[in-house]
Amino acid sequence: MSETTHDGGVALGAAPSPDEGLPADRLAAKYGLSVSGARPPLMEYVRQLWGRRHFILAFSQAKLTAQYSQAKLGQVWQVATPLLNAAVYYFIFGVILKASRGMGHDTYIPFLVIGVFVFTFTQSSVMAGVRAISGNLGLVRALHFPRASLPISFALQQLQQLLFSMVVVFLVAIGFGNYPGLSWLLIVPALVLQFLFNSGLALILARLGAKTPDLAQLMPFVMRTWMYASGVMFSISGMLVGKPEWVIRLMQANPAAVYMDLVRFALIDGYGASHLPPHVWALALFWAVAVFGGGFVYFWKAEERYGRG
Amino acid sequence: MADQNSGRRAARNDGARVPTVIADELHIVYRVNGAKSGKGSATAALSRILKRGSDDSARGVRKVHAVRGVSFVAYRGEAIGLIGSNGSGKSTLLRAIAGLLPAEKGRVYTDGQPSLLGVNAALMNDLTGERNVILGGLAMGMSREEIRGRYQEIVDFSGINEKGDFITLPMRTYSSGMAARLRFSIAAAKDHDVLMIDEALATGDRAFQKRSEERIRELRKEAGTVFLVSHNNKSIRDTCDRVLWLERGELRMDGPTEEVLKEYEKFTGK
Repeated sequence: MSETTHDGGVALGAAPSPDEGLPADRLAAKYGLSVSGARPPLMEYVRQLWGRRHFILAFSQAKLTAQYSQAKLGQVWQVATPLLNAAVYYFIFGVILKASRGMGHDTYIPFLVIGVFVFTFTQSSVMAGVRAISGNLGLVRALHFPRASLPISFALQQLQQLLFSMVVVFLVAIGFGNYPGLSWLLIVPALVLQFLFNSGLALILARLGAKTPDLAQLMPFVMRTWMYASGVMFSISGMLVGKPEWVIRLMQANPAAVYMDLVRFALIDGYGASHLPPHVWALALFWAVAVFGGGFVYFWKAEERYGRG
Repeated sequence: MADQNSGRRAARNDGARVPTVIADELHIVYRVNGAKSGKGSATAALSRILKRGSDDSARGVRKVHAVRGVSFVAYRGEAIGLIGSNGSGKSTLLRAIAGLLPAEKGRVYTDGQPSLLGVNAALMNDLTGERNVILGGLAMGMSREEIRGRYQEIVDFSGINEKGDFITLPMRTYSSGMAARLRFSIAAAKDHDVLMIDEALATGDRAFQKRSEERIRELRKEAGTVFLVSHNNKSIRDTCDRVLWLERGELRMDGPTEEVLKEYEKFTGK
């Protein structure tokens, strides 16, 4: 033992070696070492992320299960929580404030329930995104994986949560006389696009939140303002009757409003195409692609710095 | 065990010494929010965001310079101990080598992807042991098939099921010893190129300690280069042939185990 270690020890200091005196970067190049923690090129990053798809899915499911694992009713709360939410919103906006504005009860209640759940999907993805890095710094500092796994996983968790909520939505829709038809299938592309949009937002906010964790305190206010401006509890076209056309169009181009209206259009018989802005699917696609693409690149640009906190 | 290891190392050392980790004038700085008094209120948080452009100290951020200009070259087949008092930057240095913490200045070059032995951060207390094995494995980058193949091995190694069917209970119901055993078993299930082990991994009762020390030795055999952080000079002597001594983030000494430990023991007054 002693002989080998001794040789090793001496070599550190004085032994003649062809590598002696070589600067670190040249030595690294000679033996093919790479800079630790360097950011991979974009396509390589996408490939690595795809390689982690099982982790992303398992992590989102684990978070979802862990949420209610201490409750006696357990996973029943997955459906009970959105149901109670819908009841509260109906009581406040349907009964007390009467925000239905000319929509019949049969239309307004599904309208409201869909609005609340679809908006909550975006809202909770954003809130989870802000904390995706800053709240999981322990994980980021312990294991190696493409960091985009975290915000995307949180958005995926919210998508699964929404699928539970959709059970309630279907029940409410049927309960108010809207029966399943072919148009119901339209919620699939609508929610897929919304999921992309939400993931993009989560990626953007994850990077911002990693640098400025204070955003977690600020975002609830931003999100609430956005919610009231998006026509969750009222119909934008109904509320703004008499206002200039472009104001209505602008309000309707709001991505949250676009995705809500698409789901309502798909599920509610009394909510026809007249409530939708022109080129609504193009808008939905544009928001999804632009925000996800932009958010992904924006997040990737800081990949090597997330461990700093 | 020591003889066996040195024999293996000698064999590898016959050829040219191949570097696996090169640290070049490495500096690591942590930024800590809210370290100044009276900065916890809501208005202060807002004003801090508004003051983004100004320098860090004005925004209530304190800098902690944890590693200051450390340089060394580690070679294939070496087992390197990291010693130093608490807060001297040992764990930070490991994380920087693994590429988990960005360098403020300087660089680390590595051969392949070094990994820290440890998976704690990925596990969730509210999930069953079973699901945590899968989640932890995926977090470490194993494939589903690999995990399925090793699942029974991991559970048996942890010994969780020796006292009944505990693996299907949530981890929060485990005693701290049981949880530590499961965590170690998951973390140790994967082989690594450059392996870094932080102190106090071998926890649990005496029988499990023996088993985990055995497993660490196995992992070391598989790995090309090993870093071990420990406050236990005996385990450093047993496993390492070279020691880096860090003090206040600076590399105070780098050399053969006995030489450095002698100085270190003098320093700590043992």
